Amino acid sequence: MSAQTLYDKLWNSHLVRQDADGTALIYIDRQLVHEVTSPQAFEGLRLAKRKPWRIASMLAVPDHNVPTTNRAAGIADPVSRIQVETLDANCAEFGITEFKMGDIRQGVVHVIGPEQGATLPGMTVVCGDSHTSTHGAFAALAHGIGTSEVEHVMATQCLVAKKSKAMEVRVEGVLGLGVAAKDIALAVIGQIGTAGGTGYAIEFTGSTVRALSMEGRMTLCNMAIEAGARAGMIAADDTTFDYLKGRPFAPQGEMWDKAVAEWRNLHSDAGAVFDATVSLDAARIRPQVTWGTSPEMVVTIDGCVPDPATLSADQREGAERALVYMGLKANTPISEISIDKVFIGSCTNGRIEDMRAAAAVAKGKKIAANVMLAMVVPGSGLVKAQAEQEGLDKIFIEAGFEWRDPGCSMCLAMNDDKLAAGERCASTSNRNFEGRQGQGGRTHLVSPEMAAAAAIAGHFVDVSKF
Amino acid sequence: MDKFTLLNGLVMPMDRANVDTDAIIPKQFLKSIKRSGFGPNAFDEWRYLDHGEPGMDNSKRAINPEFVLNQPRYQGAQILLARENFGCGSSREHAPWALEDCGFRVIIAPSFADIFFNNCFKNGLLPIRLDATQVDGLFKAVEAHIGYRLVIDLEKQTISTPDGTVYPFEVDAFRKHCLLNGLDDIGLTLQYVDEIATFEARHRAAQPWL
Repeated sequence: MSAQTLYDKLWNSHLVRQDADGTALIYIDRQLVHEVTSPQAFEGLRLAKRKPWRIASMLAVPDHNVPTTNRAAGIADPVSRIQVETLDANCAEFGITEFKMGDIRQGVVHVIGPEQGATLPGMTVVCGDSHTSTHGAFAALAHGIGTSEVEHVMATQCLVAKKSKAMEVRVEGVLGLGVAAKDIALAVIGQIGTAGGTGYAIEFTGSTVRALSMEGRMTLCNMAIEAGARAGMIAADDTTFDYLKGRPFAPQGEMWDKAVAEWRNLHSDAGAVFDATVSLDAARIRPQVTWGTSPEMVVTIDGCVPDPATLSADQREGAERALVYMGLKANTPISEISIDKVFIGSCTNGRIEDMRAAAAVAKGKKIAANVMLAMVVPGSGLVKAQAEQEGLDKIFIEAGFEWRDPGCSMCLAMNDDKLAAGERCASTSNRNFEGRQGQGGRTHLVSPEMAAAAAIAGHFVDVSKF
Repeated sequence: MDKFTLLNGLVMPMDRANVDTDAIIPKQFLKSIKRSGFGPNAFDEWRYLDHGEPGMDNSKRAINPEFVLNQPRYQGAQILLARENFGCGSSREHAPWALEDCGFRVIIAPSFADIFFNNCFKNGLLPIRLDATQVDGLFKAVEAHIGYRLVIDLEKQTISTPDGTVYPFEVDAFRKHCLLNGLDDIGLTLQYVDEIATFEARHRAAQPWL
C-alpha cells in the first residue's frame, strides 16, 4: 500500500460507503453536544419519531450560555436559561450523559472532551461547533458541523461527507522566549489567510509541534478553522498517551495497552504526499497581536498597524473598514495601543497550562489603572480546581484579575460577559470579528502570556521582554 | 426541505469579503430553540441602528438606510451576490436559517467557508461558486441596473443574465439530487442501515475501547 497521510488513515478507517462521485458516509465515534446547536436537532428526531443510534457516543455540556459568576443564583437571562434547561431535558429524555452546570466536570465542550478522555486517538469526533477541530490534537478526525448534521449523526451515527484535500503545516525549530502555541496559530493564519485552508484538512507537523504539550497542540488545532480548515490534526505520540492515561473515558488496563499499540500507527507515513505544504521557522515566530476584524489581520508585537494604502487592492477596503471599526490609525505601533479589558479563557486558551502561563506573568504585579476589567475564565470546573490547588487563583486575584466559573464567556458573549461599544480587549479567544465580544467591542487576539502582560502594562507589550 | 429547481430572482449585492456567520446572525439570537424566525435579525448589527435583543419588535427599530438589505431597490431579493470567503467562522446553522427566512434561495460568491457551504444545502439554499472575475462583472451589472435579475437553473447548472450571457456552474451531484427533489439526508442515509450496522460491528470489534 502506498504511503498514507494521517488524514487518509482516519478517513479510510471510518468509511462506511462511498459513491462514484466521492460522496461518502463516514462513521462517527464521538458526538459532543452543547445547548446552542442541539435543540433543533433533538426536536427533529422527535418529529420524525427517530431515536439516537448510539447514545453512548454522545457527551453533553452547557457552556455557551452559562454565567461565570454567582452560579448558585442560576441563569438570570430567561432566554439563556430556557436553552440550558432544554439541553437538560433532552439529555434526560434520551439518556445522554451530561455534565450539568453544577457539576465540577462542566466546562467548555472542547476542554472537557479531552479532559475526560472522551476524545481518543483514531476517533472521528463531531460537534455543532466550529472549534471541534481542537480534538484533532489527539490524532482524531474532528470537525464542526451544522445542526442538521448534528441530527443526522444522532439518527444514523454517520455523516455525509466528501474527502477534503490534505495540507501539511510544518513548523521546525525552537520557539523563542514568550512565544506560545497561540502565536504559531496566528502566524500560520497571517501567512495563509483565513481562507487559506478552505477545502483542506490540516496536519501540523515538525519538531516544534512534537515539542508542544497537549494543551499547546489543542490551541493549534483549535485555530485551524480560523485558517478555513474544518479539521486540524497532529500525529499521536507519547505526549498524547501520557495525557490520556487514566482519564475517566479512556481505556484502562490491558485494553489501554492494546489501544496504544494501535494508536502508534496514527501518523503520516514517510513519503506520504500532501496536496499543499506550508513551512514555518519557529525561531522567526514572534508574539502576535491582531489589529483588525479577521484573524488574518495580525502582526507581531514589534509591528505597527498597517497602512491600508500599502496593501493590495483586494485587501485595502477591508483593512480600511477594520481600522474604522477598531478605532485605530495606520502606522500606530502595536505596543502603543492601550486596552480597557482583558479576557483569558475559551476553548482556545482555557486549559491549565494557559492558566499557568498567564499567572507566571501576573505574579506579584497589579493590573494597570486603565484596565477596568481583567477576567480569567477557566475552561472547566476541573481546570479551575487544579489551578486553585496550585494557588493560581490567588496570584490572579492579588494582581486584580477576576477569577470566574467555567464557560465560553466573553469569547462570544452569549452570557453577561461582554464588551460595551468602543471597549478594547486583549483576548485569548479565537475570533476578532465585528461584534463578536459585544456589539461595537474591539478584540485583539493574543496568547495568555501576552494578555496577562497587557493587563499589567495597560497596553500591548512584548512578553519576552516583560 | 423545499425543492429547488428554477429561480428567476432579484439580486442583492453585498460588497465585502469575509462576511462571517457572527455578522449574518449575531450570537444573542442563537438562544432560540426554534429553527425559524431568524430573518428579521439577519445582519442585525449592520441593519439596525440600535442594539438588537431577542423578543424586540423589529418593526419599530430604527434601520440603517445605508445598509443594502434596507435599500428599496433590493426588497424581495432572492439571490445574494457576495465576495470571497462568505460564511466564515462559527458553524451556526442559524446563518442559513436566517438567510432563508429573509427570502434568499441562492448565494453567489467566489468562495465560501466549508461548514457554511455545507449547511446551506440542508436548508434548500443553493450556494454557487463562480469565478472572481465573473462575480465582479455581476456586481457591476447589479449596481448599474435597478431590478437586476438572474435566472438560476439547477438542472442545467446555469446562471443566465438579462443580456443573454450564460454562466455554467459546478454543483456536487448528490447535493443537486437532494435539492432538486427536496430530499431529507437522514432518510437517504437510513437506506444504508444494514451497511452502517455491519461497519459498526466490525469497527468496534477491532477497537473495543471505542
